Amino acid sequence: MFARRTDLPLDRDTLSQFLPWLIAFMVYLASLALAGILIFGAMADRWNAGVSDTLTVQIAPAGNGESPAALDRRAKAALDLLRKTDGVALAEPVEEARILALLEPWLGPLGSAEDLPLPRLIDVQVGPGSDIDIKDLARRLDVVSPGATVDDNGVWLDRFVRLLRTVEAVAFLVLALIGSVTVGTVVFTTRTGLSIHQDAIEVLHLIGAQDAYIARQFASRAFSLGLKGGLIGLGLAAPTLFGIGWLAERMRSNLLPDEGLGGAQWLILALLPVAVAGIAMVTARLTVLRNLRRML
Amino acid sequence: MAFSGNDCVIDFENVGLRYGLGPEILQDVSFSLAPGSFHFLIGPSGAGKSSLLKLMYLALKPSRGLITLFNRDIATTPRVDLPALRRRVGVVFQEFKLLRHLSAFDNVALPLRVAGISESDIRKHVAELLSWVGLQDHMRARPPTLSGGQQQRVAIARAVIAQPKILLADEPTGNVDDKMALRLIHLFEELNKLGTTVVIATHSELLVKRLGYPSMTLEDGRLTIKEGALEE
Repeated sequence: MFARRTDLPLDRDTLSQFLPWLIAFMVYLASLALAGILIFGAMADRWNAGVSDTLTVQIAPAGNGESPAALDRRAKAALDLLRKTDGVALAEPVEEARILALLEPWLGPLGSAEDLPLPRLIDVQVGPGSDIDIKDLARRLDVVSPGATVDDNGVWLDRFVRLLRTVEAVAFLVLALIGSVTVGTVVFTTRTGLSIHQDAIEVLHLIGAQDAYIARQFASRAFSLGLKGGLIGLGLAAPTLFGIGWLAERMRSNLLPDEGLGGAQWLILALLPVAVAGIAMVTARLTVLRNLRRML
Repeated sequence: MAFSGNDCVIDFENVGLRYGLGPEILQDVSFSLAPGSFHFLIGPSGAGKSSLLKLMYLALKPSRGLITLFNRDIATTPRVDLPALRRRVGVVFQEFKLLRHLSAFDNVALPLRVAGISESDIRKHVAELLSWVGLQDHMRARPPTLSGGQQQRVAIARAVIAQPKILLADEPTGNVDDKMALRLIHLFEELNKLGTTVVIATHSELLVKRLGYPSMTLEDGRLTIKEGALEE
């Protein structure tokens, strides 16, 4: 298909010489949008599956200079209550070292918590299909451990996942817009080509060429230009994505998710130039067929 | 020349043609051409010869009337079937309409390529025909580098390469010397002997009188057919 001899001098059109660069730009943007979709989608799925059925119980030190031993006793009471509560699959205190690690991004390296009135935290795993009344649990905890609070991770996680889904949807929209602009560019370029080569097309038409014969020449050309542009775009996008990944790696903390592009996701990105070339080919073919229908 | 039903390759019945809202440049044109017939189409400039030929090679739709080509009513023939009909009609355009970026060889090969003929057959037949019209040394030359006469011969070779059932030629000898003109007419006669219906539009009354074929005369948009040779 690529080495096919053509009767029309489509390779000499000035406008079509710009098409690969326009497509390269589109594929560059599309690669970033697609990478965003893949990363945010995987992130939302993972977080949703990982912590949607968890609670965190926090026992904060009382303001009257409560001793660590007293705080531990309150934490123990809360832990006992949680372990006896129906629907709780697992309740485990969060180790002090992990709490310190969580605070490290804000407070820097901390040797111990002696000087800090750190709360005691308890991770709670809700059993599958269990429906715990959070308000009732909080009330009962307050009785055995006054001041204990319950953070339903599902609530903030829902919000976070919703945010990720929104970003993902925006990325899809951007991808669709890029696709539309690419299609529009190919339509415009093809129509210009039809106009430039009108006389030659008329000759082919009059000597008995089927519309498909003429359309095939435009479609082949659009495919090769689309593939060329797509490869250039992906070639430019790959270092950008690696660069973003490298920066994310350097900034990695507990705030940023440990999420990057995997092999399958790179494979999907690698198919983008072929997909764009295919879209360009089909668009050119349909544009030519539609225009030729006006001829007798 | 009256033919009925299946024994004509082209049949016009009360055909009229106007461009846009202008006056009719062809009025009530009716004729039939038998397979293997040879006609000259003559008339003063602007009489509508080229327009009549365009209707015959399906470049235009008539404003009214009925055109039948190879027993197919053109008005009711699906568009997808028209290319196959066109491939049976060879045309020598007045302005040649050669593709400037293609070599003489590739221009002549076009009708075979659109018909899906194999490249080996194309190489053989095109080279043979180009040699016959005296262009064996110009096969790879592009039209802009050829003289008017050479371009005309390429155009004629392109029109006859697929051995069409009908050959329509618009002033095919206008740019060549007398010797080459007779040689080209001889080519048309050879094709005609093989059964090709030939219509040649020309200004050359001398040519028409010398060869003695029937003539179709267009004047003021109306067509008359004279079966015998024009008188010297």
